[in-house]
Amino acid sequence: MPAPANRIAATFDRLRRGGEKALIPYLMAGDPSLAETETLVPALEKAGADLIELGVPFSDPIADGPVIQKAAERSLRAGTSLRGILRTVKSLRTKTQVPLILMAYYNTIMAMGERAFCHEAVLAGVDGVIIPDMPPEEADSLQRASAEKGPCLIFLLAPTSTAARNAEVIKRTRGFIYYVSITGITGAKLRDKDSIKRNVRALQKKAGKPVVVGFGIATPDDARQIAAFSDGVIVGSALVRKIEELQHSPDLIQGVSRFTASLKAALSDSC
Amino acid sequence: MPAILELEKVYAKVRRDRSFQKEFHECLKQYVGRPTPLYFAKQLTRTLGGARIYLKREDLCHTGAHKINNTVGQALLTKRMKKRRIIAETGAGQHGVAVATIAATFGLEAEVYMGTEDMARQALNVFRMRLLGAKVTGVDAGSRTLKDAISEAMRDWTTNVRTTHYLLGSVLGAHPYPMMIRDFQSVIGREARRQILAAEGTLPHCLVACVGGGSNSIGLFHPFIKDARIQMVGVEAGGMGLTSGKHAARFAGGVPGVLHGTMTYLLQDRHGQINSTHSVSAGLDYPAVGPEHAMHHDSGRIQYTSATDQEALEAFDLLSQEEGIIPALESAHAVAEVIKRAPKMRKNQILIMNLSGRGDKDVNQIAQMRGIQF
Repeated sequence: MPAPANRIAATFDRLRRGGEKALIPYLMAGDPSLAETETLVPALEKAGADLIELGVPFSDPIADGPVIQKAAERSLRAGTSLRGILRTVKSLRTKTQVPLILMAYYNTIMAMGERAFCHEAVLAGVDGVIIPDMPPEEADSLQRASAEKGPCLIFLLAPTSTAARNAEVIKRTRGFIYYVSITGITGAKLRDKDSIKRNVRALQKKAGKPVVVGFGIATPDDARQIAAFSDGVIVGSALVRKIEELQHSPDLIQGVSRFTASLKAALSDSC
Repeated sequence: MPAILELEKVYAKVRRDRSFQKEFHECLKQYVGRPTPLYFAKQLTRTLGGARIYLKREDLCHTGAHKINNTVGQALLTKRMKKRRIIAETGAGQHGVAVATIAATFGLEAEVYMGTEDMARQALNVFRMRLLGAKVTGVDAGSRTLKDAISEAMRDWTTNVRTTHYLLGSVLGAHPYPMMIRDFQSVIGREARRQILAAEGTLPHCLVACVGGGSNSIGLFHPFIKDARIQMVGVEAGGMGLTSGKHAARFAGGVPGVLHGTMTYLLQDRHGQINSTHSVSAGLDYPAVGPEHAMHHDSGRIQYTSATDQEALEAFDLLSQEEGIIPALESAHAVAEVIKRAPKMRKNQILIMNLSGRGDKDVNQIAQMRGIQF
């Protein structure tokens, strides 16, 4: 079993060598069901996803806009839990080695226990975890638990982050830096791409780690423009909306794959 | 996060700033109507036949509840930060009304988030806020109550952080909110302390207050916390009873977790999903309790108990009829505890209860529950 850091690092290495940018689609695990998630993940990989982010549903997702919030509600209604997601990841690992990153609110991890989570996540084959409501100042104990043998803790930076905060996150983050493109929530509109570019470039210079951009990237055109100066893009709400539209349709997998492929094609244009 | 750090810095400065404190207290005096009386409830004392009962009359504050104390403090802070817009969450609507009020007098733009379920329950307060010039935005997500309104306000704040201050209404959220709001509400306890010494020449034996997020209770308790002999009792919403699962008694039914940037006791399932709560009073209907209360619970300094909907409704009637004071349904939970506790105390012992708000806002709801149509 590859160590978690390796699967993420190997992917970014491969992309860099090929002059490519990372496409990281986000989907809510368990939306519409974990069985569908198990089909969607390999389909996304096939359509061009380089890494995949799996949302862990939470009843009170303060960093998310209405699209992802509704997806969390659907997933919770379908009975999804963090342990159930880990079982799905374990089963996925018989089919795919694509890096899998969880996005989870802290309370779901705390309820399981930090050490138990780190242990079981890696055992299942999770490579990284993003916790949008955990600032680095509060991350010490989880970071200790994950450093021993856990998934990479990936931290976020926002346009309002100070220089001190940037330095702190650069030091702590493993795998890559998640740059939040806007002051706002997932699914909001992208604005002022020039300032995103300035901030991402400055971070890349200081960090020596991949910087990927998320929040507000909705179309192939957005993806192409952002990928031109970053190491990759995360597309969440736009994809989740597709899943919402097609959840009862036999075209679910095909439609989501087509959208993913269109994003990947746009990224290839940007290089 | 940078906004929280900015707030922490600015608040640390004004906390020691004499001109800020002077402006704050002047505003409490002239606009809010402080100090509020500490009223000796003679009939209630006689009826219950035990401790001498005093009521701290926060119901007599402008807008009808203690909520306004905190909004005055934070509005002054907003001005110091040179922000022009305030946002807030509200459950019962009391905090929202206080925010709309203070925005009007300070010339700030205000937007209040409120669950659509609560908007239906508290239509009168929605109208009051709009009358005062605030924008009221319904939140149609999750359980459509207070916790969802807080989430939505936090999303707005994340988006508009550069121009907007989030005027949180209770001792919740990330530092410095719980501490700052406690400081602003501590005026209640400081006055009560002075007033009881003037009236009785001695400190009280027991303090009682209801606990939703916990701002009125910590406001009364905090200035007495070092007096180890004074007993303090916080009353949570027992809803339909603790065994029913339909309540908001976080200490009885919750375990530590993290919600809205705070680690505290939470009503949640074993997977860490937040449970929906129930209380007849919208102001106590929240799955988390202020983190400082969690600390005092664990140290044993404050005792926590609960009163059911039924007990609160009986207490509501009793106080109305014995003292001619219609309490808010939230405060009626504290009255319910006084009814249980005062008779067991000696006649020379003193109990102070925080009457955190008046019940006008609840009259419609109670009439409806009794099948009365206007």
